Amino acid sequence: MPEPKQPEKLIDEKGLRIDGRRLDQLRPLKLEVGLLDKADGSAYIEQGKNKILVAVYGPREAHPKHIAMPERAVIRCRYHMAPFSVDERKSPAPSRREMELSKVIRESLEPVVLTDLYPRTTIDVFIEVLQSDGGSRCAGITAASLALADAGIPMKELVAACAVGKIQGKMALDLSDAEDKYGDADLPVALVPNMGLVTLLQMDGNLTTAEFEQGLSMAMEACKTIHTMQRETLKKKYATIKDAVEEREEPEIVA
Amino acid sequence: MVLVAEPKQVVAPGELLAEGDHLLGDNAYKVGTQIFSACIGILEVDGNRVFVVPLKGGYFPRAGDLVGGRIVDIGLSGWTVDIRAPYEAMLPASETPGPRGPRRRDLSSSFDVGDMVLAEVLDFDRTRDPLLTAKGPGLGKVSTGRVVEISAAKIPRLIGRKGSMISMLKQETRCQITVGQNGVVLVWGKSPEDERVAVEAIYMVEREAHTRGLTDRIREMISKSRMVEQVAGTQTA
Repeated sequence: MPEPKQPEKLIDEKGLRIDGRRLDQLRPLKLEVGLLDKADGSAYIEQGKNKILVAVYGPREAHPKHIAMPERAVIRCRYHMAPFSVDERKSPAPSRREMELSKVIRESLEPVVLTDLYPRTTIDVFIEVLQSDGGSRCAGITAASLALADAGIPMKELVAACAVGKIQGKMALDLSDAEDKYGDADLPVALVPNMGLVTLLQMDGNLTTAEFEQGLSMAMEACKTIHTMQRETLKKKYATIKDAVEEREEPEIVA
Repeated sequence: MVLVAEPKQVVAPGELLAEGDHLLGDNAYKVGTQIFSACIGILEVDGNRVFVVPLKGGYFPRAGDLVGGRIVDIGLSGWTVDIRAPYEAMLPASETPGPRGPRRRDLSSSFDVGDMVLAEVLDFDRTRDPLLTAKGPGLGKVSTGRVVEISAAKIPRLIGRKGSMISMLKQETRCQITVGQNGVVLVWGKSPEDERVAVEAIYMVEREAHTRGLTDRIREMISKSRMVEQVAGTQTA
């Protein structure tokens, strides 16, 4: 597949973006939890064309032993892009970018996980990007925190993440691949909503202070929206079972 | 003192549970006067104490727990046992029934790799791996019956309030059931059919642990499968 051509305009006369979104609109978001049997916890996210699967194992015995910490669990994180996740085949070996993302994602999750409850153990987070469409580190964080919760790992709060960026001089929420490539700046943010804690903040490109502040507040609002969806998704898994069996029961009581 | 979330509701991590001078229970944390959930689970309130019963999660050892484990390695003076916890457990030879003192014979004649043992956690203090004992009535090698492995988080539900669920299961399925706190459940029945019903019922508890009226539903499921069995029995006879 050839590299997508640079669009003439990222924003049209009506103020809409190439995929028809408004500047403050998120891409369609789909979340799912508990779809892998072998993992202790798992989650899947579709955000725009992003398709990301996350598996969590642990807390489990630390191997190699020397990485274990005597007073808390160690979180290990691997962000990996499948060879088929991008236009041109990506080498499956971990790239510099993937190593960096693994590190920043781990650091964005560490503040919420109650690691001191499980000394000498590891918690492993595997983020597999099946299809990539810009903002995959944010989608990865959103899904990883869901997978951690699905594994029953004690944590203070779910982490939600979303990027903002500047395209054609205007701040826009949740950049897609083309907007990220041909836009002016990108600002991924991860937020722990209840605590008002920002656990990831990166910036690529240049923004004025005013633009930065506007972007940050846009991203934080979006994170809150995503956070609500995360909670709903997590609870839905159990609510579905509950509804199914309790409904089945009710007519029999009446009879 | 205000309860923000409703008791018996499914709560997610970070959800506000209560405000005021409540006592902090398991799987929750406090910020100022606010109590939040720390995991996905069901909110329970006992008097003034607010806690969350988790719906998922592994086993974390505690001294005094009865556990089922599999022998993974044999050392010079004991065995290494997988008890489905984040730590490997040690079962020293001195904690098994038999002659005292150093044993000349090979330890594998008592327990071999792959054997299932029922043991009690003797000691565990987070700084060292859990220590097991196989001395005691009913403890030791398990060579008969069926092993059912469920999530350790569902064990409290399988036992029920004051053992209501497990005593009902034992009575209705006519099976002897031993519940390990680590999620290993051992079932011995008079017939394979009894065991099959018991295993099915245990999986049903695991799947529907967070629903209401579960004990009645399980009882009904058991009597239904008994009826099917009887019909099948008369047809073949």
